[in-house]
Amino acid sequence: METTTISPPPGPPALAARPLAAVRRYVGRWGLIAALAALPIYYGITDLVNGYQAGFVAGHAVIHHDLSKLGFNFAEGLSNGAIWALIAIGYTLVYGIIELINFAHGDVFMIGSFTAVGLWATLGLGLTTGALGLVGGLLVTLIIAMIVTGSLNVLIERVAYRPLRSAPKLASLITAVGFSFILQNVGLLWRGGSPQSVPDLIHSQQTVFTIGGVPILRGYILAFAVMIPLVFALTWFINTTRAGRAMRATAQDPEAARLMGINVNSTISLTFLLGGMLAGAAGLVYALYETNIWYFQGFKAGLIAFTAAVMGGIGNVRGAVLGGLIIGVIQSLSDSRLGPQWTEAVVFGYLIAIMVLRPRGLLGEETREAG
Amino acid sequence: MSKLRARLRKWREAVEKRLPPWRSRALAVSLLVIGIVLPFLFSPSSAFMNATIIAVAYAVMSLGLNIVVGFAGLLDLGYVAFYALGAYSLGWLGSGFFFKAQVHALVSPVASTLPGVHLNFILILIGAALICAAAGVVIGLPTLRLRGDYIAIVTLAFGEIIAVVAVNGQSVHVGGGMTLTAGNLGISAVDAPYFPGIGSFSLLNLRPWYWLIFAILLFVLFVNLRLRDSRLGRAWVALREDEVAAVSMGIPLVRTKLLAYSIGAAFGGMSGAFFGTYYTVVNAAQFQFGFSIFILAMVIIGGLGSIWGAVVGGLALGYINNYLIPVVLNNLPSKVGFNFQLTSVEFGIFGFLLVIVMLLRPQGLIPERRRRLELTAEVAPVDAQLAEAPGTPGGAA
Repeated sequence: METTTISPPPGPPALAARPLAAVRRYVGRWGLIAALAALPIYYGITDLVNGYQAGFVAGHAVIHHDLSKLGFNFAEGLSNGAIWALIAIGYTLVYGIIELINFAHGDVFMIGSFTAVGLWATLGLGLTTGALGLVGGLLVTLIIAMIVTGSLNVLIERVAYRPLRSAPKLASLITAVGFSFILQNVGLLWRGGSPQSVPDLIHSQQTVFTIGGVPILRGYILAFAVMIPLVFALTWFINTTRAGRAMRATAQDPEAARLMGINVNSTISLTFLLGGMLAGAAGLVYALYETNIWYFQGFKAGLIAFTAAVMGGIGNVRGAVLGGLIIGVIQSLSDSRLGPQWTEAVVFGYLIAIMVLRPRGLLGEETREAG
Repeated sequence: MSKLRARLRKWREAVEKRLPPWRSRALAVSLLVIGIVLPFLFSPSSAFMNATIIAVAYAVMSLGLNIVVGFAGLLDLGYVAFYALGAYSLGWLGSGFFFKAQVHALVSPVASTLPGVHLNFILILIGAALICAAAGVVIGLPTLRLRGDYIAIVTLAFGEIIAVVAVNGQSVHVGGGMTLTAGNLGISAVDAPYFPGIGSFSLLNLRPWYWLIFAILLFVLFVNLRLRDSRLGRAWVALREDEVAAVSMGIPLVRTKLLAYSIGAAFGGMSGAFFGTYYTVVNAAQFQFGFSIFILAMVIIGGLGSIWGAVVGGLALGYINNYLIPVVLNNLPSKVGFNFQLTSVEFGIFGFLLVIVMLLRPQGLIPERRRRLELTAEVAPVDAQLAEAPGTPGGAA
């Protein structure tokens, strides 16, 4: 038996700390991605190995061993996520420019839904409206809802955030929460306290085509048909126009931007306008897709979208879209596997995990707050 | 406007100069006496007594949250979690909910024959404080590296997770056919507080309930006042004002922050346990995000970081929420032609109050001296001298 061993040379004390630092760096880089990949991989494997119940034929459960249930979760989740992405952009734009979590944003989205549904009734859109009238009517509704929510957001900024811009940040966060409650009660008085179903104008549950056993519903297509052009228009606006450049400059350094002759106040108003407009568009899509609206929908949607914005890296538009899509998929997986009553806890669990593992998000830069 | 304010201040100073130096102590003693004899002025089961009891319990919560938000500057939007955990501590330790267990300690003769866990209310109070303090550490750990808004979001997420677990706890089995919570059905038939020699409390006579929660308030108030002036209290304020500077002066960051979370949580839990027995049911529907904001509104309207502000804010919103809106003003909208009741928009009213207070008087009703320095341009002469004194360059800025 070999007894003589070469004892390791006594290293400097820093060496003991170095592996830990490496582990921490590794967790920081891959921890969130691993946590995100865990759910789909786990359920994909259980679907393949144990199978899932795809229905009943003659009283016997039909067990399938394939990935189409997972594919269905993804399709549903991504299209839901497209709505969250639109809301999350509003959070991320506002946070990027004044470092404020605009708590009222989710409720602006709710007002968007309510406005859209109210306008359908005014315009006479119903289940019997022809295709051309429907598309035209919905476009008009979309534009009006976007204008309403955009102006509402600008108004909130003017009344509740601008006077407090030099005060401690807690102050404007609290007025944001206050406005969130005010808007919720506006919604409550507008349409009552229980969820209301709205006419399923586009027959959102109708299958358009099927890819690999996964039905693609009309609602899915609608969500992407609204989200993709708006996101492209927004990125074009931010990247190429003069006002967009002013927005980026203000986000980087408001003082320097002011010295360069940028009107910081109107640039911030513009940011709120854009965020509010996207929330209004999301409100319309939500009403068409989910076919019911509720005064409390904005609160949950707001939290989910905020989680999405943080996940993608707050202040980053692409990150918000990515985060929204990912959160949508997580939600859909949790809905169909764990039960919808646990979804909220799962999403918030992920939110805490992001904060612990990677506060700057997937695509984000280090921020002052989360450094 | 400012002229009027200056004149008011001059009057106040003139009055203050003439009052004897023991006036604050006299004020405290008279408030204490008023607090003790208050129930004799109202009928023992009146709506006002009920509102008073709830308002005092709110003040206890407000004092707890004030430690986290006011002293330590950690914006906690999930305080409802501790209300929930405190109330569930009562449900778990003072009812027949865990019907397979047979534990009795110092409870009324009736309760000691029933199945389940039945502990004396004081023991439950201690248990609730311990459970919530532990939960406070759990909520605090992920936020240690974060600041500001991010803390708000993590605590909010934690509060929502607790609320979801409370609702769905019905399907979480803990063995023997027993579940974690009773969800929206609620854990009912919880024990009323029982003290040997006094007997069990009854909801027909609210006076003992009042004295119980008043005693809890006095205890919490005492702990708060002692903490504020202690080494720990100063460490909290230092962390709130400048974390980097505080840590480099040798303040242990982790311990100080976690203590803020756990002490604040413990008080919330004590109040929650009281609410559990007072409402006679522990129902998951009580624990909603709005409640966290409600408590936060008390702290902010009273004045962040100000102990007396937290008490006044808690009492004021407690009375507004449980007496003014539902009893006095509820039918006001229908009288002026609107078709709703005021209770259905109470959170809108609180939201409005929050916005107005923040815009008009960001320092709150009874501001803490340090906050007043930060938030107002009108600094009293003494404060201005303090701010310019050598050793504190730049003052509070």
